Amino acid sequence: MKLTGAEIFIECLKREGVKTVFALPGGVVLKIFDILYQQKDVEVILTRHEQGAGHMAEGYAKATGKAGVCLVTSGPGMTNVITALADAYMDSVPMVCFSGQVPTSMIGNDAFQEADNIGLSRPCTKYNFLVKDVNDLAATIKEAFYIATTGRPGPVLVDIPKDVSMAKAEFTYPNSVSIRGYNPTYEGNKWQIKQAAEAIMKAKKPILYVGGGVIFSSASQELLELAEMTQIPVDMTLMGLGAFPGEHPLSLGMLGMHGTYQANMAMHYSDLVIAIGARFDDRVTGKPSEFCPYAKVIHVDIDPTSIRKNINVDIPIVGDCKNVLREFNQILRATVNGEQKELRKPWWDQIQEWQQAHPLTYHQEKDGPIKPQQVVKRLYELTRDRDPIVSTDVGQHQMWAAQYFKLAKPNRWLTSGGLGTMGFGFPAAMGAQAAFRDRLVLCIAGDGSIQMNMQEMATAVVSKLPVKIIILNNGFHGMVRQWQDLFYEGRYASSDLGTTPDFVKLADAYGAVGLRVKKVGDLDAVLKEAMATDKPVIVDVPTYPYENCYPMIPAGGCNHEMLLEDPPELKKKQAGAGKVTPEDKDTVLTA
Amino acid sequence: MEHIISVTVENKFGVLSRVAGLFSGRGFNIESLSVAPTLDSSMSQMTIVTSGDERIIEQIVKQLNKLIDVIKVVDLNETEFVSRETAIIKVHTKDADRAEALRIVDIFRANVIDSTPSTYTIEVSGDPKKIEAIINLLQPLGIKDLVRTGRVAVAREPARPAAVQTKKVARD
Repeated sequence: MKLTGAEIFIECLKREGVKTVFALPGGVVLKIFDILYQQKDVEVILTRHEQGAGHMAEGYAKATGKAGVCLVTSGPGMTNVITALADAYMDSVPMVCFSGQVPTSMIGNDAFQEADNIGLSRPCTKYNFLVKDVNDLAATIKEAFYIATTGRPGPVLVDIPKDVSMAKAEFTYPNSVSIRGYNPTYEGNKWQIKQAAEAIMKAKKPILYVGGGVIFSSASQELLELAEMTQIPVDMTLMGLGAFPGEHPLSLGMLGMHGTYQANMAMHYSDLVIAIGARFDDRVTGKPSEFCPYAKVIHVDIDPTSIRKNINVDIPIVGDCKNVLREFNQILRATVNGEQKELRKPWWDQIQEWQQAHPLTYHQEKDGPIKPQQVVKRLYELTRDRDPIVSTDVGQHQMWAAQYFKLAKPNRWLTSGGLGTMGFGFPAAMGAQAAFRDRLVLCIAGDGSIQMNMQEMATAVVSKLPVKIIILNNGFHGMVRQWQDLFYEGRYASSDLGTTPDFVKLADAYGAVGLRVKKVGDLDAVLKEAMATDKPVIVDVPTYPYENCYPMIPAGGCNHEMLLEDPPELKKKQAGAGKVTPEDKDTVLTA
Repeated sequence: MEHIISVTVENKFGVLSRVAGLFSGRGFNIESLSVAPTLDSSMSQMTIVTSGDERIIEQIVKQLNKLIDVIKVVDLNETEFVSRETAIIKVHTKDADRAEALRIVDIFRANVIDSTPSTYTIEVSGDPKKIEAIINLLQPLGIKDLVRTGRVAVAREPARPAAVQTKKVARD
């Protein structure tokens, strides 16, 4: 039987096991929406902006490990989703985006709502397709999902002209895909793996540096086994949070620009860096020429371009993290004994010294302004039993969330790492909530970034996605203000937001629930109330506006040279402005 | 250092822009790029002349390999190779210059492929040094137009066992 392109599209989605599509209609995709409307297998979540649809697909993908799917129209629909595609490309998120296109006969004529979707998306997708013939549609969609989810995952765009969605063709869905130019390497080179295992055995001061690749290849269990067996400390990247249990004694927390003191010091002074599914981003390496000066580097990554891109690698292993870790474990299980533990005792003594010298610290006065770290810490403590999914936007609140919200398991952490997209958090949380209706999904946001996709609150209310948004409201683009305080002599150029909307009323206006924490003593009660609500909630928490995020490695600085607190002149300035200083504290909390 | 990279790609629309976009997006140099279908018309062969230190060339090769439409990448500098470039040069030639132009053509084993009373159009093939040399000699006559194909290159076959090699030389 012959089906229209639109019907073929939906049949393909079903065969790929797609349950949810984040979408916004328009002229050239009406046929597809019409068919979607007449079926029940695939749920359509209508977003208020295509960027929201893209980030929701990302959130869905990060929480489930499966490809997220979004559907947008031509022209502005496509240009609006570009940010999400670029974000997914940087963070290796499996995602298939379908875009409408003007009829094939009109392509290139500057038709209404025409854009060169292929040209626009080329630098921010793993691959993209323009389907010119309805007979190619099914095979193209199969290839799109295959490319998006295999190898190093990433976003794939399928551009479907209007006439292709209307035309009819015989529907057959291919069982397998073979692309001669695309053969990801899953098995690591045996000889290299053996070399690496030997280096691990010999190392006195090794460190595991793990990233998002561990999560995408579901290798957490293998990582845990390796770390426990060899007693090697674990540093996680921002994208790798959750790959290893945050509360585990071997976890040193996040490393990098705002990483913990012990994580960065251990990295800098190690003699063997074992990088697993991480890509030596500049937020991790600091100054590349002074990065890990004493270490040999083992780098395991499925993407060969990640290896030796930023720093020199001694033992490169191209392969899937899970497979390579399994092989490491197999070799090490036979050879590891008490000796390594003994060999590494001085290393652990040193790490513990660092841990004790500079733990994550902040000062919360009992009646003083609410400290943002306190909010994240209490949120974590109050919700940890419910195993929540946590999303963030980008900025100070993101770093505090990364520092204080210690995730126990993978696929719980939705954040925009590579591209640093403000406005990511809320829609990403909604995407995860759409995948797991019964789970607790939190979105930690700033008052600046939440406004970048606030319109999706309408989607959350209508589609019943009861995400809990916690706004750390400091009236600033906080990270910008922090840099201005540290590097621009405190001139707050365009970082002071002036009047922000009343988020409680705003939530109310959308039909969601708005709550505000007025003083630190109310924090727990309000958070508990929010968690007990079955609607979308905004918890507005006005926080101390001048709190800075530490430790901090200034851009281009070296990893062992961290700022650990406000420099004296900055403290003085804030004290002079009538602001609290740590000397006024009556309680000191450390985490 | 200059490298010649030979890239076998799918012969379909948009592939050239993916390759060109990779170079521009990542700030790699392209000195020249030539592309044409291979014997198997489903594939095209690109020859890219680029430059960079060892790490950059490694990245270029890896990034090209990562492109889904790229089937094979060979850095020809890792082996022996032969390369050629063709130039078509239109030269002003008046009176006495016509004979001089023909002499130059002769020396470089070039060809005159078109002629008018006041111009010769000359085709010359060779390595870049030869092309530069003929351009230098023709310049005083006045070059009206110059087009170059960019280089194409192919790896040399590995040296054969001595006996076979002798035979080949004898035949040649």
